[in-house]
Amino acid sequence: MALVGRALLILGLAVALYGIGASLYGARGGGPAWVDSGRRAVYALAGVLTLAFAILEAAFLRSDFSYSIVASHSSTTTPAFYKATAAWSSQEGSLLLWVWLLSVWSSLVLALTRRRLREIAPVATAVLLGFGSFFLVLTIFFAQPFATLAAPPPEGAGLNPLLRHTSMMFHPPMLYSGYTLFTIPFAFAIGALVTRRLGSEWIAGTRRFALAAWLCLGVGIVLGARWSYTELGWGGYWAWDPVENASLMPWLAGTAYIHSIMIQEKRGMLKVWNASLVLGTGVLAILGTFLVRSGILDSIHAFGANSLGVPFLALIATMVAGSVALVVSRRAALRSEHRIDSIWSREAAFLLQNVLLVGLAFVIFWGTFFPLISEAVTGTKTSVGPPWFDRYTVPLALAVVALSGLGPLIPWRRVTMAGLRRELVFPLGATLVALVALALVHGVTAEPKALLLFCAVAFTLACVGQEFWRGMRARQASAREAPPVALVALVRRNRRRYGGYLVHVGFAVLLLGVAASSSFQHAQDVSLKPGQSARVDGFTIRYVRATSVPSAEKISLGAVLDVSKGGRHVATLRTSRGFYPSQDPSQGIVGRFFGGEAESQVGLRAGLGRDIWTVIAPDLTPLQGIVNEGNRTFERAMAGLTRGGKPPNQAAVDQLFALRDAAVAAVARRFVTQPWPADFRFIVSPLATWIWLGAIVVALGGLIALWPAPLATRRRVGAAYAARVARELARS
Amino acid sequence: MLAVVVVVVVLVSAPLRRAARDGDAAGGAETARDAADAAQRRELEAAKEAKYREIRDAELDHRTGKLSEQDWQALDGALRAEAAQLLRALDRVGGPPDGEPG
Repeated sequence: MALVGRALLILGLAVALYGIGASLYGARGGGPAWVDSGRRAVYALAGVLTLAFAILEAAFLRSDFSYSIVASHSSTTTPAFYKATAAWSSQEGSLLLWVWLLSVWSSLVLALTRRRLREIAPVATAVLLGFGSFFLVLTIFFAQPFATLAAPPPEGAGLNPLLRHTSMMFHPPMLYSGYTLFTIPFAFAIGALVTRRLGSEWIAGTRRFALAAWLCLGVGIVLGARWSYTELGWGGYWAWDPVENASLMPWLAGTAYIHSIMIQEKRGMLKVWNASLVLGTGVLAILGTFLVRSGILDSIHAFGANSLGVPFLALIATMVAGSVALVVSRRAALRSEHRIDSIWSREAAFLLQNVLLVGLAFVIFWGTFFPLISEAVTGTKTSVGPPWFDRYTVPLALAVVALSGLGPLIPWRRVTMAGLRRELVFPLGATLVALVALALVHGVTAEPKALLLFCAVAFTLACVGQEFWRGMRARQASAREAPPVALVALVRRNRRRYGGYLVHVGFAVLLLGVAASSSFQHAQDVSLKPGQSARVDGFTIRYVRATSVPSAEKISLGAVLDVSKGGRHVATLRTSRGFYPSQDPSQGIVGRFFGGEAESQVGLRAGLGRDIWTVIAPDLTPLQGIVNEGNRTFERAMAGLTRGGKPPNQAAVDQLFALRDAAVAAVARRFVTQPWPADFRFIVSPLATWIWLGAIVVALGGLIALWPAPLATRRRVGAAYAARVARELARS
Repeated sequence: MLAVVVVVVVLVSAPLRRAARDGDAAGGAETARDAADAAQRRELEAAKEAKYREIRDAELDHRTGKLSEQDWQALDGALRAEAAQLLRALDRVGGPPDGEPG
């Protein structure tokens, strides 16, 4: 079946190349039949790659170690869920996932637009298939998911323990969905520029895909942050790691884009800006993939230096050069139809927000690539860490939050000063109340940046709350509905607007959690024996007892901790560190069970007020003596079984391995019966839970904005306004 | 594997076989003019839908107090005039819209 899988990839490449030719030939006068054939090539590619992916998944699920990536990323003891998702834990499998998702989303957009965008779609099809061809070339020649081993091992290496986390298994598909969905507006922008069809039709046709890309990428980023917080054992959720930044940059640019296209749709303005922005977002999406694949920057995520860097650089260079050339050559056709009427207008607010978001993306870009640029220029590799990023991103983020509150208050085209004052009374009042209340909280004024952000959040929540309230009241006045019914109806009839407002609320809440948990965090690293305690932020954390849980998959050494405050029990925390067996025979028959990779199970008590977080790092040095003795004992026993050159008696071997397993469990149990001091990290983070709650609200708002109104409703609304305008026509 | 190749070839070549069967190659110049008109009509339809949304947004802004009665009347009038222009342009291009409503 591996051969079939590889053949499917080659067939996919052939179909993609055919589709490029057919689409472009059809667009240049060959006729609609060739265009349709090119579109069907995309459908065929999706089908072929679905089969290929299914073959790979089946290999993982049945632990077929003849597949090289199955042998290196899975094992018989890996739980079924992680086997299924291990496919994309490897370079090869993740590239296949990328191109499969690209083919699926491309099929969807082309099916939905098959009766529209007829001039643009063929060029967009060619671009999408071009991306598909690129990634298929990588999977066929450079990183082959269906490569096989001449001598399959009896057992696989297993999944990286750090990846055995639910969040981490959905993180790549969501990120890649975001990246691949962003190629769709990119491709249609290229099509619009090539064909000079630069009205709003192509934006209307791809807007939902841009929003879906933004949503998926955002969810992927949050899942990665959650994984970092609950798995990596350092207690944080964002480290300005290059690969984290690589996903954030297209998300920021995409956020700017989904706002500024509203201006182009309504007023025919910012065409050059929008074209540049969507092309830049597409480039950043590929750049993000490049950073993960090439290992060009140091990161715990990167797969290490390999041969993919040069092809990716060539693709990115082509995308950048082509995009710049197209925008410059079409600048006359991209001229705005109108000008911004007033600096006090939603258009101007969106433009300012765009500048801030693009500025944020640029700051992050510079900080991420500075090590590479520095190395290229000076020969010395340097790095910029969180303090540098915080210095420049915090003020920009603060401005974005404030603007996300102010923007909804300002109508399109212009607002009068009197109108603006009227709109701002309540939000500014609420902000002032919040400021006074916060100033009374001990320690808050010592962190002025955090205080400013809290005020910006209060302002935004008040602004958006006012919008929801007034909208609901307006609805009630006309439809005589109860408040909850009116609120639901309001949102249903204005999904883009109120879904967007909800996103603003969620984003503000998320940043509230970030500011509070980072500025007012208390952390302590201590070494404790059972019975001993530590004090962190007024909490007493007592090490109650050690735990040891050996299993077929790993050995977990952990602790049970009691958290109390003022003599009152607050929480019981359980943390452990899991040690996976190593495949290295030099570590000894017993020793290899303690010498492989390890992962942490964080002890976490999450609450709306604060999170209490802990992780244990047991020192295995006290076990070394008994482990060495165990190695020697079992090696002598094994030697005895094979003495004289005779094949060993299988029953005797099985018995020996059973004894070995019992010995390993007994060694691990020493951590409980004769406990020694273990290192702990304790962290108390105020309002950390609001990060995840805010993210959920952002996702909910995005879904609402994305969800289409029922067709009957759209026709009814459209017909109502058409009738009104028709009456005007008749009178004129 | 052969079955997959056959299915792919059948799927991808279906439009070409249908065109060859229906003799669809003729009338290129006329088709191009019709296509240009259809494209312009679709652009105008998209602009019209966007204009209706703008009218609706302005009405909601007025009902939620962001726009005074006077400002809203002025803006609504301007937007409806722009929409009327789009409808006249659609009438000039002629023919029914061939896509789903926005």
